[in-house]
Amino acid sequence: MPLIEVENLKKDYINDEVVTRVLHDISFKINEGEFVAIMGPSGSGKSTLMHILSFLDRPTSGLYKFEGKDTKSFNDEYLAKLRNERVGFVFQSFNLLARTTVLDNVRLPLIYSKLKNYDKLAEKALASVGLSHRLEYFTNQISGGEKQRVAIARALVNNPAVIFADEPTGNLDSKSGNTVMFILQKLNHQGHTIILVTHETDTANHAKRIIRIKDGEIISDEKVEKRTIATEDKDLVK
Amino acid sequence: MDFLGTIKLVFRTLLARKGRSFLTILGIVIGVGGVIIIISLGAGAQSLILGQVTKLGSNLLSVAPGKSNEKGPPSQVFGITVTTLANSDADSLRSKTQVPHASAVCAMVRGSITATWQNKNVDTNFTGTESSYSDVVSFTMQEGQFFNQQEEKGNANVAVLGSTTADELFGGTGVSPIGQVIKVKSSLQTQAGGIPLRVIGVIAPRGSSFFQDNDDQVFIPLTIGQEQLLGIHYLQAINIKVDSSGNIQQTIDDVTRVLNQNHRIQRAVDADFTVYNIADAISVLSTITNALRLFLTAMAAISLIVGGIGILNIMLATVAERTREIGLRKAVGATNSAIARQFLLEAGALTFLGGIIGIIIGVIISYLITLLMHYLGYDWAFVVSITSVLLAVGVSILTGVIFGLYPALKASKLNPIDALRYE
Repeated sequence: MPLIEVENLKKDYINDEVVTRVLHDISFKINEGEFVAIMGPSGSGKSTLMHILSFLDRPTSGLYKFEGKDTKSFNDEYLAKLRNERVGFVFQSFNLLARTTVLDNVRLPLIYSKLKNYDKLAEKALASVGLSHRLEYFTNQISGGEKQRVAIARALVNNPAVIFADEPTGNLDSKSGNTVMFILQKLNHQGHTIILVTHETDTANHAKRIIRIKDGEIISDEKVEKRTIATEDKDLVK
Repeated sequence: MDFLGTIKLVFRTLLARKGRSFLTILGIVIGVGGVIIIISLGAGAQSLILGQVTKLGSNLLSVAPGKSNEKGPPSQVFGITVTTLANSDADSLRSKTQVPHASAVCAMVRGSITATWQNKNVDTNFTGTESSYSDVVSFTMQEGQFFNQQEEKGNANVAVLGSTTADELFGGTGVSPIGQVIKVKSSLQTQAGGIPLRVIGVIAPRGSSFFQDNDDQVFIPLTIGQEQLLGIHYLQAINIKVDSSGNIQQTIDDVTRVLNQNHRIQRAVDADFTVYNIADAISVLSTITNALRLFLTAMAAISLIVGGIGILNIMLATVAERTREIGLRKAVGATNSAIARQFLLEAGALTFLGGIIGIIIGVIISYLITLLMHYLGYDWAFVVSITSVLLAVGVSILTGVIFGLYPALKASKLNPIDALRYE
């Protein structure tokens, strides 16, 4: 059973009664343990697709099966539960809570879950992205690369089935970007399914499979032949 | 998420936004504190004004010489001296058969004097009255006693001092005024020395009534005042205490009938005296002071609105930031009800705290004003009405919760991604 299965997925945006079709007829399957990059130029609909896959948005029509179940019948409450327990999300602009410590930011998904031991789980997640020394820092006191690593820690703290990353390196310098990609590859190696959205070929080449999208349609879906393996960052060894 | 978790979360959020929390609280503090202070001021002023009148004692009638138009002031205001009220009038009002419900009657004259003790001179006022004064007007003695009927009728050279006069003459000397002999002299008297009077009592402070200071006063037997100080044979006022409030109108009629007989007056329009009812004065003053309170309440309402607008501004200024925050919270798994619970508790905690601080500040400032008024010698009551507190806190909490919760509820209904992208 594939983890994610979409068939004829469509998404329209309605603005002042003008209908804009962002996604036409998208169909693909993603299995557990994959590392997929969704690639395309800006405006191609790749982010919209990812938002639908990660339950931040709903499709206009078409089938989306998650873990074998049709998501159409899911109510708001159940979607919140899925976002909380099954899915982690890394945003391009980090979206950390301002004036809040690193630890509290990573704890955020846990306070909405049934899990106990908030602090232990959050500290473990932060250790896996090499930020154990920053627990009590406020989010405005750390660098952009560190912010994105906090966001990754937040995404994986609930041990989700899939981690979605929307242009995770887009706002970072190449060194920090490399670190982020290294962490994502490591998480994939540990068994997490990763779905990455990017418009850069270099970044996409870190994945195992690339789905290319243009104007809301899939133009290619292929395995990466010469996969880039991110080198381990010295910062992470700590 | 459990309730305790929500509370912890709310306090973390509020502490993370100290500036915004402070400004929100400030709006509520101003609203609640303002209402309490203004309402308290109104009640204090009312008690001051009514206290002046009620201090004379209730069920009191006062007969003044001269006719008075109901709407106009007494004729004395215009410098006209009316000499028609005589000692015999007071005597006939004392008749139980003529005026059955008058429990006490006292005739009065007033004037200004210089009182001297050893080499200290004090300009003060005197009231020449009868021993029944103590039955008509309520007061307590600080020392000694008021003169009795025997002393009054026998024209004994005795005096009872108001507390201010006693202080001015004897204060700091360590000498008890009781038994000391003072000399009083009116401006009419030309010969040196004045009339020697032995002090037999001092009246405890009782403040002003009807804009006359009762403490800066020397009380002496009526005839000494009339004959030796003023050189007159008429009265300036007769005060009558009525046995119960239900008999006031009956007594006014009785007094009018008796005086009409005495003065041989046939028609009401020819009356050369006026009967004043203190209860009427109280009800007139109540109307005025109630209007004052209404006015102050309107001002309090404005302060509440100002406080409410303050809250609204702060809440609106942070809608964009908070909407993105709600988007993020939803993206990591917060349900709509968890968001609503968090924001409701947050607004509730802020407004509750603001309300408490507002009450404390309002009460403290009201109390300081009371102290200041007492220091200035006014009989000012410290009143904090529960209704004003409840009203102020209720309105503030309502504004805080509505303005804090409404944008949050709206945001919680958006798709997480739309809330995250909110500008």
